[in-house]
Amino acid sequence: MIVALLSDVHANFEALSACLEHARARAAERFIFLGDHVGYGPDPERVLEVLTNLVGGNGIAVLGNHDLAVTQRSSASMQEEARAAIDWTRKRLPPAQIDFLAGLPLTAEEGGRLYVHANAWAPDRWEYITGVFDARRSMRATPNRWTFCGHVHTPALYHMTDDGRTSAFVPQPGVRIPLPVTRRWLAVVGSVGQPRDGNPAASYALFDDESALLTFFRVPYDYASVARRIREAGLPTGLAMRLETGA
Amino acid sequence: MASIWRVTAPGGGPTPLVMKIPRLGEAEDPAAIVAFEVEVMILPTLSGNHTPRYVAAGGLAAQPYIVMEWIDGRSLRAQLDRMPLPDEEVASVGARVAGALHDIHSQHVIHLDVKPSNVMFRESGEAVVIDFGVSRHDRLPDLLAEEFRIPIGTGPYISPEQVRRIRNDPRSDIFALGVVLYHLSTGERPFGNPTSVAGLRRRLYRSPSPPRALREDYPEWLQEIVLKCLEVDPNRRYQTAAQLAFELQHPDRVVLTEAAARRRREGIWASTKRYFRMLGEEPDPRQSVAGQLARAPIVVAAIDLAQRSEALNEAMRANLRDILRAAPAARLACVMVLKTSRIGMDVTEDEEGRNLHVKGLVDLNHWARPLGLPPNRITYHVLEAPDAGAAIVEFAESNHVAQVVVGSRGSSTLRRYLGSVSSQVVALANCTVTVVKTDDRSELAES
Repeated sequence: MIVALLSDVHANFEALSACLEHARARAAERFIFLGDHVGYGPDPERVLEVLTNLVGGNGIAVLGNHDLAVTQRSSASMQEEARAAIDWTRKRLPPAQIDFLAGLPLTAEEGGRLYVHANAWAPDRWEYITGVFDARRSMRATPNRWTFCGHVHTPALYHMTDDGRTSAFVPQPGVRIPLPVTRRWLAVVGSVGQPRDGNPAASYALFDDESALLTFFRVPYDYASVARRIREAGLPTGLAMRLETGA
Repeated sequence: MASIWRVTAPGGGPTPLVMKIPRLGEAEDPAAIVAFEVEVMILPTLSGNHTPRYVAAGGLAAQPYIVMEWIDGRSLRAQLDRMPLPDEEVASVGARVAGALHDIHSQHVIHLDVKPSNVMFRESGEAVVIDFGVSRHDRLPDLLAEEFRIPIGTGPYISPEQVRRIRNDPRSDIFALGVVLYHLSTGERPFGNPTSVAGLRRRLYRSPSPPRALREDYPEWLQEIVLKCLEVDPNRRYQTAAQLAFELQHPDRVVLTEAAARRRREGIWASTKRYFRMLGEEPDPRQSVAGQLARAPIVVAAIDLAQRSEALNEAMRANLRDILRAAPAARLACVMVLKTSRIGMDVTEDEEGRNLHVKGLVDLNHWARPLGLPPNRITYHVLEAPDAGAAIVEFAESNHVAQVVVGSRGSSTLRRYLGSVSSQVVALANCTVTVVKTDDRSELAES
């Protein structure tokens, strides 16, 4: 089965739609959302509507720090832009969608795969995986062969031998990468709704669970119109600029 | 490290296959299983005649295996008994192996363990490179990156940069092939067979004895080629395996330098200076096979000297200048075709008795002079064939050419019906073809 791995959608409905269409055209049947479904973008309701439908069918969603913040009364600990977007989102969402977010698990597991937003060693502390050291710490904290996560908005792939030797790899879009069971793998799938690696195209990945092949993708979408709607909605303009530059 | 079985496909497939089974267990070298993982990752990505066809792999949980095509041919290892081989045979073997390496490099893979026992020849004479256990695919994770703190390769053949644990340079395979050619042509190994890391490091600062120190009659062109392959600094070697194959296929076009005639090993001073210069150079982590090939393509300018449009000539040269500027290590081959009749003898002399072939070379030289390329970046070729388009395409294929630039004049009705050389080249060539056209109205020169 082809599993689509989508993270950090951040209420960007256009980017999500483009990725879903792209994934379905490549026979994706299962959809995994790795957290931070809302925050930053102008379309939290429509994004959560799509997620609710997929999770009710053949999909899984885990909790991200932005999702959690929306369900809490205060988001004082967040940066200013993020806080403004969370407060804006919280006011708009109907109670049923807030409940949906509040009910999401921190992690999910299936077939030797761990799905988590930030890391495996403390999923509720939201610490980032930015290098080989963090990746090793995370891979050692789970018995699963494969970890798929988001949180860092830049795609990356790490692998570790049984005795802990760990390497980092920068994946190229569209290349099928074998992830053999002889070692541990941790894939940061990048961000659907707010990429930060200089490429504004949406980032996601497909995993074939029979052949253990992982493919990262970059999908173009009309980010100019989303940026315009961020400005019209009165959200911080920095969030619009991020979509335009991918940085 | 592994046992090898000859097998047939279930139901008895038409071709014999070979199954490799790594030996696992406490006493075995941990490198064996990693080499197996690497080969399983890389072999399925390769296709073409120069690698064994991948069939299947699996069993990682219990007994791992990989199945591939059985190469029905002979190993280059067997030729070592006949050393030293005749120079022409060394060139022929070298050109075919370099062609195979170029094919692998074009598929993003660096072999990193080129040696006689990893080279086979099919019945057709084509070289096949086997065993991808320490290879590197530049678009897949390197499973050996953090695995070993010692250099990965085979003692006599390993490149200086591999000794420094750099695994992303396709020119490492050119170094190893240089060792093979040196060995085949002299019977001696240029760096011996070191077994310690200190022994391996010697090649970083000590250049080998020139082949002419070992064999009085060693040809200068071959020494030029072999010593260039063995340069410590990859930037001083052939920049692609295709460029090496090109030189081996055209020994008469090799530009000889001081190295060609050398009878004595370089002095300690020269080697030491080079060693320190090399230590100061940081390896480039962004180096990729594709990037290296793009910097150093072989480009063909297909020139029709019978057409007299100076505007078209100038437009072609302008196009070539752009290509050469973007690819600083590119080589240009200027090619023209002397038409011969399909049947019967040909007159190779024109009425005035001048050799048409020599005249062609003179004219090509004159044509390319405004490009201002140094002699080691340009060659001239006069082909004799009944069909110009087919001859250009064949030249491009046998010389691993990346791009052909060809001119095309106007769009006359006659041309549309008969077809032109340029359209034939576009249709048949496997490489990029640029067709240069000009506006005929701007023509002021003779016509």
